[in-house]
Amino acid sequence: MPTTSDGRPGLTASQTVGPYLAIGLTWEHGEEAVDPGTPGAVTVSGTLYDGEGVPIPDGMVEIWQAHPDGRFHHPDDPRGVAEAPPGFRGFARAQTVDGGRWSVLTLVPGAVPGPDGTTQAPHLDLSVFARGLLDRVVTRVYFPEHAGVAGPGGHAEDRVLAAVPAHRRHTLVAQQVDGGYRFDIRLQGENETVFFDI
Amino acid sequence: MTTDHPAQAAPGPASGLVLPQYERPAGVHPPLDSPDYRSTGLRHPKEPLVLLPHLLTEVTGPVLGDGRVTKDDADLTQWDGGEALGQRIVVRGRVLDSDGRAVPDTLVEIWQANAGGRYRHLRDQWPAPLDPHFNGVGRVVSDSLGRYEFTTIKPGAYPWKNHHNAWRPAHIHFSLFGRAFTQRLVTQMYFEDDPLFFQDPIFNSIPDEKARQGLISRFDYEATQPEWALAFSWDIVLRGSGATYFETEDVDADDE
Ligand SMILES: [Fe+2]
Repeated sequence: MPTTSDGRPGLTASQTVGPYLAIGLTWEHGEEAVDPGTPGAVTVSGTLYDGEGVPIPDGMVEIWQAHPDGRFHHPDDPRGVAEAPPGFRGFARAQTVDGGRWSVLTLVPGAVPGPDGTTQAPHLDLSVFARGLLDRVVTRVYFPEHAGVAGPGGHAEDRVLAAVPAHRRHTLVAQQVDGGYRFDIRLQGENETVFFDI
Repeated sequence: MTTDHPAQAAPGPASGLVLPQYERPAGVHPPLDSPDYRSTGLRHPKEPLVLLPHLLTEVTGPVLGDGRVTKDDADLTQWDGGEALGQRIVVRGRVLDSDGRAVPDTLVEIWQANAGGRYRHLRDQWPAPLDPHFNGVGRVVSDSLGRYEFTTIKPGAYPWKNHHNAWRPAHIHFSLFGRAFTQRLVTQMYFEDDPLFFQDPIFNSIPDEKARQGLISRFDYEATQPEWALAFSWDIVLRGSGATYFETEDVDADDE
């Protein structure tokens, strides 16, 4: 294991998942962040596109998010470890095997505390992996019903959205569709999705 | 799990909430635009990335493992009622963060080609045989000291069509979660002295020589199992806080 000049362990570099990620990363019910039939369960789905608008059939999307009350089942949430609602995991992964399409089942998260006393609008953190991506790319999914909310929980108060150039913010907001939301991801080109340096 | 973070107090991460912060590696990960690896061409974002502060969603992450992993998942050499062909090897190491702390209880997922370099996947059709007793997938959860161990078969090299006469060096794909969304990592482990490194644009996409060497496992004679298996060691380092932290436990003393 290489070390840095100050003797700390050197970080392990990322590599692509390659074309055969389905072998290692397929989980039974992996696309369910919440059990089907749970009240309030919605699908978040979309298509993953490359720079020519061609769907990517060998990618994977993962989401991570807060509970509907904005808390997390995690020791690093200083508000305390919150029990998840029944059947809810907050995490899901979905492969884009269906012609670039992916779909997860989840509950809309609650608003989450942000910097300096602000509140972050409800959001999912989303990672994209694919052949040709040497590292994951990270984006966020926001929900259209919070766009017009003034004050805490609305898009206007969200510091992460505020840091995104105004003309690109729409790429982070899902569209309402039957049964849930649609969130297409464009890795490159016109209306390229905003990706974050995490 | 405990909340023993050195709590690098980030300036005002959340009102009254002190969150762990993770270092942002520079020059370690490959550039997304790496033209020698042709598939990056239409798949890398061209717009600048927007800085995402490490807020609650980023410093938390899923706790996975229980219910996803059985004891058999650590042994890839037995499948469908028989034994896989090839050189049996143990692959083991520790999951750490860059502060030197163990990352316990974290899911480690691997997948790989068989001894002949063939994946059990519809889209892998090159003329090397499938092994009826090798499916090429493994899972473990790291122990309380961050240790993981698999028993598998040394994977073969395989051709791909990136450039003329292109071959991937032998490798095992690894996927890790760590304890926070910031620490998520997918990578590949390689083997010492592979003659194919020179022409592999995926391995060589990592700009830093030391970081490249960090993906190469070490032959570990001490970990070999007499009359059974060779062994390779490989430690995986996820992002830490950037602060100096030394673990108080003497890990080596606990080794058999
Ligand atoms: Fe591979």
